[in-house]
Amino acid sequence: MTVAGDSARDDVILRLEDITKVYSGTVAVKQASLDIRRGAVNVLVGENGAGKSTLMKIIAGVEQPTLGRILLEGQPVTIPSVEAANALGISMVFQELNLLGNLSVAENIFITREVTSWPRGIDHAAQIRRATAYLDRLQAGIKADSLVEDLMIGQQQLVEIAKAVSLDSKIIIFDEPTSALSAAEVEILFRVIADLKARGVAIVYISHRLEELIRIGDYITVLRDGRITGHEVMKNVDTKWIVRQMIGSDAKDFAKSAEHVIGDEVFRCEEISLPRLTGGLAVDHVSLAVRSGEILGIYGLMGAGRSELLDCIIGRHAHATGRIFIGGKEAQGKDTAGRIAGGIALIPEDRQRDGLVSILSIAANLTLSSLRRIASPFFIDGKVEDKEVRSAIASLSIKVADPAFEVSSLSGGNQQKVVIGKALMTHPRLLLMDEPSRGIDIGAKADVFRTMRRLAAEGIGIIFVTSDLDEVMALSDRIAVMSNGKLIAVRDRSELTETDIVSAAARGHGPHKAAMGA
Amino acid sequence: MASLDRGAVVLNLMKLRTFIALFAVLMFFSVAAPNFLSTANFILMSKHVALNAFLAMGMTFVIVTGGIDLSVGSIVGLCGMTAGGLLLHGIELPIGYTVYFNVFEVVLITLGVGVFIGAINGLLITRLNVAPFIATLGTLYVARGVALLVSDGGTFPNLVGKAELGTTGFGWLGAGRILGLPVSIWLLLVVALAAAYLARYTPLGRHIFAVGGNERAARMSGVRINRVKMFVYMFSGFCAAIVGLIISSELMASHPATGESFELNAIAAAVLGGTSMSGGRGTIVGTIVGAFVIGVLSDGLVMMGVSSFWQMVIKGMVIIFAVVVDQAQRRLQQRVTLMQMAKAG
Repeated sequence: MTVAGDSARDDVILRLEDITKVYSGTVAVKQASLDIRRGAVNVLVGENGAGKSTLMKIIAGVEQPTLGRILLEGQPVTIPSVEAANALGISMVFQELNLLGNLSVAENIFITREVTSWPRGIDHAAQIRRATAYLDRLQAGIKADSLVEDLMIGQQQLVEIAKAVSLDSKIIIFDEPTSALSAAEVEILFRVIADLKARGVAIVYISHRLEELIRIGDYITVLRDGRITGHEVMKNVDTKWIVRQMIGSDAKDFAKSAEHVIGDEVFRCEEISLPRLTGGLAVDHVSLAVRSGEILGIYGLMGAGRSELLDCIIGRHAHATGRIFIGGKEAQGKDTAGRIAGGIALIPEDRQRDGLVSILSIAANLTLSSLRRIASPFFIDGKVEDKEVRSAIASLSIKVADPAFEVSSLSGGNQQKVVIGKALMTHPRLLLMDEPSRGIDIGAKADVFRTMRRLAAEGIGIIFVTSDLDEVMALSDRIAVMSNGKLIAVRDRSELTETDIVSAAARGHGPHKAAMGA
Repeated sequence: MASLDRGAVVLNLMKLRTFIALFAVLMFFSVAAPNFLSTANFILMSKHVALNAFLAMGMTFVIVTGGIDLSVGSIVGLCGMTAGGLLLHGIELPIGYTVYFNVFEVVLITLGVGVFIGAINGLLITRLNVAPFIATLGTLYVARGVALLVSDGGTFPNLVGKAELGTTGFGWLGAGRILGLPVSIWLLLVVALAAAYLARYTPLGRHIFAVGGNERAARMSGVRINRVKMFVYMFSGFCAAIVGLIISSELMASHPATGESFELNAIAAAVLGGTSMSGGRGTIVGTIVGAFVIGVLSDGLVMMGVSSFWQMVIKGMVIIFAVVVDQAQRRLQQRVTLMQMAKAG
């Protein structure tokens, strides 16, 4: 059944027609057409990078579509900015918080729309009174005059929601609103959404948590690789249908599995735990082992604690607990430098922030972790360094005009290869890769996958984290699924199906079992 | 293509701007100021410049890591008082004896005091997470206060010393010459070469730039951030101690107010030499040339008889102009790199 029947047409408040969005070379959204209905919760799902957030940013005025039309109540509109979107009655609760911690809740809610009266300027009392009215509807016990930075993350998210509600918008977009909320706070959010729905507001709701979507959604749209692959009335679908639409059957270009022998254990961690700032554990007593030549893929949803686990292993968090063994011996160094010296290397998820010193040269970035090995304390031998740099560039086929150029002159894929080259130059026995294929084009992805195979064949143990099901299925020897900080399952790849993985990953994330906070 | 070539030429000119500025300043005063163009004057100017150049080198490393050291002027004062006090009065032990140190020991202790205050800066910044601006502002006051307390605000005059105590010969540092050049110039040469070598050819130097370029990435690459920061502040304190020693030696007296606002001249020289206040960029050579531009400018203006009020206005404008050119260079650099990449395909 198609939903866009004539009877439903009146409900449509916003229509996207053949929207395409291209970012310097990569197509984020391809010819997406979407109807958003008033008085309903319009759910949007898809894997990370499927284009959900891009599509919503287009509606919210953050991004402009490359091609296509937007119709608001039947009239074509352009939405050049967030202010313009607000003026048209569209507001968005962003996934990352956009609040000013040093200002009060009321000041945040009324930022750029301050309640003023001449001659005394901002009428703080009136702002607090009006903000309190919105906050009372949430019943979350948040005071309008408290500073935002004093609130817990979940409460901050609720303030963000109150701010969106206060705009009296006709369309409100929620981008993964529950990722930071406790179970009780999720109930508050759902109550607010029901209230908005009853008042005819169109809700767009993005989330990975399938149970949640099925509970509150009215219409569901599934995106995959920038295309809309399914659109249905929620009551006609089940989890299986959603997963099928999300994953599809398109094959991606994975390097063929090289013959390799899996050897002895190179790494083991026991009972790794990391406390979360908001209470509870971001990583919850995780123990796992990797053998030489083995690729272990960790799959999970955002916030499942995968990256945090890798961060603990590389020694980024001094307050993490648990024991780490490299080649059977307990690791000595507690900090990152010590762990690298012990034979672990990490390729971080965010290469701009954690991977590269963008104003240094390509060569200096490549050797940054290994200066102790290739130099004496008082002298870096230019020739030795140059030799190491050239061999790294050759073996990873990095496209470089001159290693002395700043690393920021490279494309994303080549920058990622520099980060990998830097990690490999330390001669690690265990390589940690956090979303190694994120934000790079298809050709570079294939290169990265080939490199992973080659390294495993050379006897390095690899742990990689991904949100891409195809990737985890195609590359791993074993698959670990994490959810809500816990390790749910570790199995051989042959023992798991895609459906198993998706349902295992969603298990700990239902609103009823969400972290209760300590 | 023509615009690419022109862009590359302009870019190279901009990169050499500190040298060009120095050359221009020298040319101008050679014509405008009588007696400017003489060996004696150049040596005198170099001695002035050397003081600022020492401080500016230490400051450069600190700024490259993304920090700032406001305490150097006070360290100059305190170290001068340390040297003067030790030479004149020694250390009175509570049991009635007074211990005197020979000049060599005094110099070592004084350098130690400078490094120690740098270490306090470093500890405040790395262990207690105090912002560099605040931490060094605090030590600026503390060190200056202690310098005043040592003598109750008075001067330690006449540091000639007594031969039987081995405290003579302190004046050599400020007045001595080797091969016709003042000792302070030779010292500057040695420290500058060591600093430039450190920046270019050692892992520590590379780490200093990495910390300033992207602290998070440096940490994730295994750089021990805290050690790097400790080093730069201790080196800055060391440089300041040298300056304190040289000034006391030149004057053969120690005054507690010595070095006031020296930190600002040091920052100016570093910035003029191309050091980026946001960290990650800077060179020792650039900084020294920057110190020469500032030094020659003020000495030349004095020789021309320009009032000191006008000197300040001119110095300020030169610094601002230098930073404006620096920013223009960054933008042009990006454009030229993009065009070169486009050309290379």
